[in-house]
Amino acid sequence: MAQEAAIEVHELRKSFGEVQALCGIDLKAPAGTILGLLGPNGAGKTTAVRILTTLLPPDGGSARVAGLDVVRDAARLRSQIGLAGQYAAVDENLTGSESLEMVGQLYHLGRAPSRERARELLERFELTDAADRLAKTYSGGMRRRLDLAAALVARPPVLFLDEPTTGLDPRSRLQLWETIEARVAAGTTVLLTTQYLDEADRLADRIAVIDHGRVIAEGTPDELKSRVGGERLEVTLEEYDQEPAAIEALAPLADERPVCEHGILVMPLNRSAGGIAEAVRRLDSANVGISDIAVRRPTLDDVFISLTGHAAEEPADEQEAAA
Amino acid sequence: MSALPYAVADTAVVARRNLLRIPRQPDLWVSFTIQPVMFVLLFVYVFGGAIQTPGYDDYVDFLMPGIIVQTMSFGGFVTAIGLSDDLRKGLIDRFRSLPMSRSAVLAGRTLADVATNTVAIVVMVVVGLLVGFSFSSSPLEVVAGFGLLLLFGYAFSWIFAFIALNSSSAEGAQALGFMLIFPLTFASSAFVPPESMPSGLEAFANANPFSTVVDATRALFVGAPAGDDVWLGVLWCLGLIAVFATLSVYRYKRTVST
Repeated sequence: MAQEAAIEVHELRKSFGEVQALCGIDLKAPAGTILGLLGPNGAGKTTAVRILTTLLPPDGGSARVAGLDVVRDAARLRSQIGLAGQYAAVDENLTGSESLEMVGQLYHLGRAPSRERARELLERFELTDAADRLAKTYSGGMRRRLDLAAALVARPPVLFLDEPTTGLDPRSRLQLWETIEARVAAGTTVLLTTQYLDEADRLADRIAVIDHGRVIAEGTPDELKSRVGGERLEVTLEEYDQEPAAIEALAPLADERPVCEHGILVMPLNRSAGGIAEAVRRLDSANVGISDIAVRRPTLDDVFISLTGHAAEEPADEQEAAA
Repeated sequence: MSALPYAVADTAVVARRNLLRIPRQPDLWVSFTIQPVMFVLLFVYVFGGAIQTPGYDDYVDFLMPGIIVQTMSFGGFVTAIGLSDDLRKGLIDRFRSLPMSRSAVLAGRTLADVATNTVAIVVMVVVGLLVGFSFSSSPLEVVAGFGLLLLFGYAFSWIFAFIALNSSSAEGAQALGFMLIFPLTFASSAFVPPESMPSGLEAFANANPFSTVVDATRALFVGAPAGDDVWLGVLWCLGLIAVFATLSVYRYKRTVST
């Protein structure tokens, strides 16, 4: 029997009153991979996670996680998943170890194994020193780690991480990424929602870009990036008034005419025409002074803007539609 | 393992969690210790002298059973605040994503609140004795009275659990709770004899389950004529628990926390 995808979503729909949060999305994640759900606030990411974790019934379509239907097999599915929320769902008036022990017992691991597992996770997440302190004394990064640890208590084969690094400092972010990568290396399947393109780029095997409740693009990070074209050359000029001279000097290297704005010239890079070295030579012989020159590969930001016509990160006060 | 042992075990885990939290939230203690004590002092020393209670030599003997019943209903606020807090902080989402019993979060909550109500009863009895209250019934009746009070408090915890699950915030739940509790406690036999009220209000007070439980507690604590109040009081409590536990668990399964 062919192995079933760990997450398989077909035509999933959900409305809240007049608001269509999900207008029939399809998603698929093979076991042991990370699927990134990328989109701005209000795109429907959290709604999708809530349906897949049995917190919310869908209006239509089907969704299977770990081979179980999210509606019909909800009770059995809950022992196969771990959820780490958008805001760290930690009990402020419990200690870190009390919290994890409680979650273990509620997964029915048994009292002693729950205690052992809590100790193990606290150690792995560098929370051993804070294990017996109330979580209300924890920093933001510590709360996130505790929240993620709680999601991992039962070693669930499928993990849902809803914007796991929102609001974290860069160091904590990196630590969390490494932890997630380690879980996936051990065979866990992860569905990760994020509005950070670098996060999706770094972690996800495949990315589904969601906007207004629809999947508007799907593929590997490289596939998505190749959609917006190849590498580009970016030249920062020393003097604004040299823009025409710079354009003249570099025009023969590109199929399309270079664009210049605010002293920054951008053009598609054609390696067969000599690449960056040839560009430098030409600018030099035209006596154009440059303060910086770089080859820029397309980022997921470019992908997002070209797909949706707006940037990924919108003002944070726009709340996820009826999350 | 079948569902029932899990439900019991999960409830115990959640109840233990809530009990652990009680000593760590000293600000919450105000609502079930200091606040009721202030009510006792207010009624004994400010209003008491002006309230006629035929059949009682001392107003405090009339008052204490009533005010302890009121305190039990206030215990519901502890339930509501705790649940609203869990909803707001995403803990209910976590619980609902776990393979645990669907009734355990609420059952564990209300069970733990029996502990805070027990503390409240002890505080009230001590304060009552200090301001001149005395039991004038058999020890067995007094114990039965405590049992009835805790059962009544448990019923109110379920009522408030339902209120909290239907409110968008702890503040909303509290406002709704006060709207429910004030008419029920004050238009009852808790503080004044219903005979002293206008006839419409007297009829309401006599039909009010609060009065039934207050009269039953009075019978068990100070030997007032009981009639059927004790049994009716127990029946009222069991009925309220059955209705509101069912409604609350039903609502919990569908709760979307935002």
